[in-house]
Amino acid sequence: MLDLGKHAIFIWVSYGVVFASLIGLVVWLMWDGKRQQSLLDMLEAQGVRRRSARDDNDT
Amino acid sequence: MLRFANPTWFMNFSARVLPWLIGLTVILMGIGLYMSFFVAPPDYQQGETVRIMFIHVPSVWLAMMCYGVVAASSIGLLVWRHPLADVSAKAAAPIGAVFTLAGLVTGSLWGKPMWGAYWVWDARLTSFLILFFLYLGLIALRNAIEDETLAGRLTAILAIVGTVIIPIIKFSVDWWNTLHQPASVVRSGGASIHTSILYSLLVMALAFSVLFFALHMKAMRNEILRRRVASLRVRQVDEALAAQSTQAAE
Repeated sequence: MLDLGKHAIFIWVSYGVVFASLIGLVVWLMWDGKRQQSLLDMLEAQGVRRRSARDDNDT
Repeated sequence: MLRFANPTWFMNFSARVLPWLIGLTVILMGIGLYMSFFVAPPDYQQGETVRIMFIHVPSVWLAMMCYGVVAASSIGLLVWRHPLADVSAKAAAPIGAVFTLAGLVTGSLWGKPMWGAYWVWDARLTSFLILFFLYLGLIALRNAIEDETLAGRLTAILAIVGTVIIPIIKFSVDWWNTLHQPASVVRSGGASIHTSILYSLLVMALAFSVLFFALHMKAMRNEILRRRVASLRVRQVDEALAAQSTQAAE
């Protein structure tokens, strides 16, 4: 274990807060991305298509 | 240029680039953390607490850079009315808020052992707190308006007006007598930090910057998917109504 002196708690809490925030942000973005993709897949499975997707198929 | 701002092109491009950005972030963050704890020596005045600087300063820089991205994207929306600019502004705001909060918390935790107080109402700290409230305001304003186009435009106007806070934060330590130390890296005459500490800080700043681009890219991808879902739902309702009216006509 590193000896960070008498103010070690301030250093560890700082790193803990920053990395917990950043990991939280990453987890939220991953969850949100999966959710949006599954909603999109569900709608497309129901036969709803974007206009641009239809145009792609038409051409 | 506008060809590259096409959402479909962006989705294809970001799908290829994002894994590389994530890998680069992990490598740089690993090197940066190693340098922060095992290479950089304790400061002659601040002792071991100088290690808080390696996450505090990059968080603060990224908080302000992220606001620059929000403001530039807002100009892109208002001037060129490009939907991807709005996607960029909307995606960047929560990320900027997190970096700003990280800067505030780490600054507070650094202030206690150095100044004897977690918080003082000096110009640098107060202006940076205003930046945090500005981010919250941007997020709240956008969520308060149902019409996506109107929400984007009003948020863009607020974001552009809010850019006034960035030079105030930057020069607050020069314009007013503050407890916060003056600029020690980006200043005329060069950095005043010894290279043994400066290199660790720059590696961490680079790691945070690459992380920001990865997070922003992922958040933009999510927002594009969200808009596609919304557009499909509208289309689904339109098709159902059209089918109903056709049946009624028969």
